Amino acid sequence: MVRPDARPPAPAPEGGSLPDAAAVDLSVQLGPMRLANPIMPASGTFSENLARVMDLDRLGAFVAKSIYATPRKGNPTPRVAETREGMLNSIGLPSKGVAHFVAEHLPAYAGLKPPLVVSLSADTVAEFGPAAAEISVPGVGAIEVNISCPNLEADGRAFAQFPDATYAAMSAVRAATSLPIWAKLTPNVADIAAIAQAAEAAGADALVVANTILAMAIDVETRRPRLGNVMGGYSGPAVKPIMLRMAFQCARAVRIPVIGCGGIVTVEDVAEYLIAGCSAVQVGTQTFLEPGAMPRLIDELARWCAARGIGRVRDLVGTVRLDPDPSHAEWLAS
Amino acid sequence: MGDHCCPVVANVPVSARYWHMVLEAPPLACAARAGQFFHLKCPAPPGEPAPFFRRPMSVYQARPDRGRVEFLYKVAGHGTRGMAALRPGDSFDILGPLGRGFTLDLAWRRIIVLARGVGLATLAPLAQDAAQLGVGVTAILSARSPEDVLCREVMAEAGARVLAVTDSEGTSDPDKVAALIRAAVARAGAEAIFTCGSNRLLQLSQALARELGLAGEVALEQQMACGLGMCLCCVRAFRGADGEIEHRRVCWEGPVFPLQEALSW
Ligand SMILES: Cc1cc2nc3c(=O)[nH]c(=O)nc-3n(C[C@H](O)[C@H](O)[C@H](O)COP(=O)(O)OP(=O)(O)OC[C@H]3O[C@@H](n4cnc5c(N)ncnc54)[C@H](O)[C@@H]3O)c2cc1C
Ligand SMILES: Cc1cc2nc3c(=O)[nH]c(=O)nc-3n(C[C@H](O)[C@H](O)[C@H](O)COP(=O)(O)O)c2cc1C
Repeated sequence: MVRPDARPPAPAPEGGSLPDAAAVDLSVQLGPMRLANPIMPASGTFSENLARVMDLDRLGAFVAKSIYATPRKGNPTPRVAETREGMLNSIGLPSKGVAHFVAEHLPAYAGLKPPLVVSLSADTVAEFGPAAAEISVPGVGAIEVNISCPNLEADGRAFAQFPDATYAAMSAVRAATSLPIWAKLTPNVADIAAIAQAAEAAGADALVVANTILAMAIDVETRRPRLGNVMGGYSGPAVKPIMLRMAFQCARAVRIPVIGCGGIVTVEDVAEYLIAGCSAVQVGTQTFLEPGAMPRLIDELARWCAARGIGRVRDLVGTVRLDPDPSHAEWLAS
Repeated sequence: MGDHCCPVVANVPVSARYWHMVLEAPPLACAARAGQFFHLKCPAPPGEPAPFFRRPMSVYQARPDRGRVEFLYKVAGHGTRGMAALRPGDSFDILGPLGRGFTLDLAWRRIIVLARGVGLATLAPLAQDAAQLGVGVTAILSARSPEDVLCREVMAEAGARVLAVTDSEGTSDPDKVAALIRAAVARAGAEAIFTCGSNRLLQLSQALARELGLAGEVALEQQMACGLGMCLCCVRAFRGADGEIEHRRVCWEGPVFPLQEALSW
């Protein structure tokens, strides 16, 4: 891994000395929520079990594994396959239901400082509202609505593949809760900006961009798919440029904050998402390889900012420099 | 518990397919229990990139007195090829100890340990613990050929009665192994049976345990991603208390499970 220190730091701001890493203000604003720093886990790649390897209070927020209102089983094994720069998973959203989450997992977060974001899935638009109401209990700071999950009323295609289903699902949640709500989008679409705008119009407080990319792998010796479910979601460093592009497109299309997610490994990856227009980021797959990845990124981000004379991390957000050149203009207009 | 970079003390082949690695890791040597595992960040084998995921490996020996953790492994593919390329003095990133290990009941007088191939790596420290606690051990070691029988010495040193069965000698098929275990239990008695890994050994152990009224546990394997119970990749099917079939995580609820609850596959 290339370390940032290998490159010369940007020149210090005129007339001033470089701030100390400890003095860098890492806090970010996500709609109504203030986070101590922009680093949080991605749904499905984190649980309170991580307390065994890190101080959970260091994170910007907690994001739990997606739950459904009622219990359901996951997919057959093998549920995971690796590639050179990423992983495929077909876990299939097993869930023990909202009541089990409230009884068995919620208490683990009592007394911790970062807000807990619960990720909610549902099979139909009609099921989203009651589930959101049921999970709106003390101790839950926000709901991430996993509209990348299959919509049984659309042959299992994700809600977030269509602006109207996105609007319907997010509106149902909006009407059922007063908590902040985030829409987790799927990258498996042609025009993600249109989906982002539908979620915003329905009252989403933030967007998470994005979930995994639908993918497949075959064992060439046995000629069998590597995943028990044949297809699965691709994540890890291989997907980062794609997710970054989508986060950038969404950030330009809406006024609500965007949370970037996909392939983050290094502090430069974090900086890239912030510069592209994201107010915060989620870290997923890297935690499987390096359980201490998130606290490392928080420390490195403070040092990265300090070395460049950046006193507040939120000043980085959306600072991508675009030329007023016709080729850029064409992309941005679409 | 977290990930630790440990110096390699030794890493040598012990047979055509199996390797033995010794790491210097004093705090981990004290913490690791029989049946637990470490999640290893295998380096790149020569001429190949490093594998993406970590690889799970049982604690073969954890020696608090010498501050060492040891693994016994089969070179099976990408990750274990990378492991075999490590040399003394190299540093190896290991996460753990993880998972739930074996449980021994001090009231038992003798246990049966039944394993094949590298399954022995998982069961060897159990036999040593049993011996230390004054519980007798009958170890049935199964392998392709007599040269492939692992851990014979370690088991014998721990005071186990060792019976080796092999494919090449035609002594390892399930009926013959079952007869051997029945005879061993009839002669010396036993209260529990422990096994590991394969479907065949699991089915055999379950049937014998029911027939002979033995308690028991099985250490299971499954491909893993996180090793910390978060990703739900490494599940296997079990029969729960209410008779319902449920998924449990090999890395978190296991890798050691009550023998009769595991479903064969
Ligand atoms: C809790 C636990 C303890 C283990 N202890 C030992 C041990 O002490 N010694 C030892 O030699 N092996 C052990 N294994 C198996 C070991 O993890 C796999 O052999 C190893 O991951 C293979 O990696 P590879 O990259 O060399 O091979 P790959 O190229 O990844 O795979 C080679 C073959 O092994 C299969 N495989 C890959 N990972 C696993 C896995 N985790 N479990 C089962 N099959 C797998 C693949 O599907 C493939 O058929 C253990 C597994 C578990 C889950
Ligand atoms: C094993 C696994 C399980 C996941 N489970 C969920 C989930 O339950 N809900 C969800 O919205 N996203 C889920 N995701 C997607 C991640 O939250 C994230 O969007 C994706 O992995 C991209 O980020 P990464 O490249 O940093 O992993 C899962 C990803 C993985 C690898």
